[in-house]
Amino acid sequence: MIIAQQKPIKDIAAMIEDCKKVLLVGCAGCVTVCLSGGEKETEVLASSLRIMRRLQGNPLETVTITATRQCDPEYIEPLENLVKDVDAIISLACGVGVQYLAERFHDKWVVPAQNTMFVGGSRTHGVWEERCGLCGDCILHRTGGICPIIRCSKSILNGPCGGSQYGKCEISKDVDCAWQLIYDRMKALGKLDKLMEIQPPKDWSKSRDGGPRKAIREDVMIG
Amino acid sequence: MRLQYSSNIRIIEMPCSGTIDHRVLLQAFEDGADGVFVAGCMEGDCHFQKGNYRAKKRVNAVKKLLDEIGLGGDRLEMYNLSAAMGPRFAEIANEMTERIRQLGPSPLRKNKAGTSRKEGDVA
Ligand code: SF4
Ligand code: SF4
Repeated sequence: MIIAQQKPIKDIAAMIEDCKKVLLVGCAGCVTVCLSGGEKETEVLASSLRIMRRLQGNPLETVTITATRQCDPEYIEPLENLVKDVDAIISLACGVGVQYLAERFHDKWVVPAQNTMFVGGSRTHGVWEERCGLCGDCILHRTGGICPIIRCSKSILNGPCGGSQYGKCEISKDVDCAWQLIYDRMKALGKLDKLMEIQPPKDWSKSRDGGPRKAIREDVMIG
Repeated sequence: MRLQYSSNIRIIEMPCSGTIDHRVLLQAFEDGADGVFVAGCMEGDCHFQKGNYRAKKRVNAVKKLLDEIGLGGDRLEMYNLSAAMGPRFAEIANEMTERIRQLGPSPLRKNKAGTSRKEGDVA
């Protein structure tokens, strides 16, 4: 899922300081699962902003709703009626949701409540970690299911580097060396010979180097 | 046993302190409470095992939030006591009342509230 973290409330308040009435839109997708922008967080943010503004003697009117997903036009379409009489929309989705709202309601001031951080998983309740760098050409079959692009601090394809010490990466004793993990797993699987194949430089044009990407499936298109 | 404690306290019963939610606490302040205390069972005595520990974590998170938004985290506190500890309850109630008295009435009360509306999920 996409992991996002809420911005400091003061920063969000500053973005809407001129507004009297705002619509806060949560998202029931990834940001609900990572507990930063679902229904509950939307209510908490709305309440916090109301309290802040009331303390300043400048009351804020809030309307809250949580969309199934903000990254799908069909789920933001029903917001049209709510958007009409607000001065701004605060999106608690990832950056995609913010942009979809801004595009659909182009005459409205749409602001992000979150910092979109990475693609990852939930290690344990309350801990999320980055696991994929969205490189567009997955090589996990060569690396024992451990991603060197994102989990190796240098994203090297033929590791480890000289900074690998006792299983830890040289950047911090709290960070596992991804290449040590890869080696250990491949060894356990009896596939160390695979690691002897030297990997050529990666084709980054399939990643961000090729500009913004698009995925097209003509067979599922309607019309 | 009849014990005296401050009469200005409104008690909201919950099935377990672990059901305490950030929203309930914030709503109490928005509705005009000068202070709020959450009374959970003694640590280690939770019928649902960890409800009171979780309540404490949430209370601490909301205290931080109240500091951030300018109302002040001191207006919220978590206490642990059992249902059989009447005198301790009265003591806590008076202690908290005294703390809030020193902090003064909630500054929210002198200002007009903004309205809020919650729409159903789009889902
Ligand atoms: S190799 Fe690429 S696609 Fe596969 S997990 Fe790593 S970054 Fe993601
Ligand atoms: S120590 Fe390991 S994880 Fe860190 S940069 Fe070197 S190879 Fe990558």
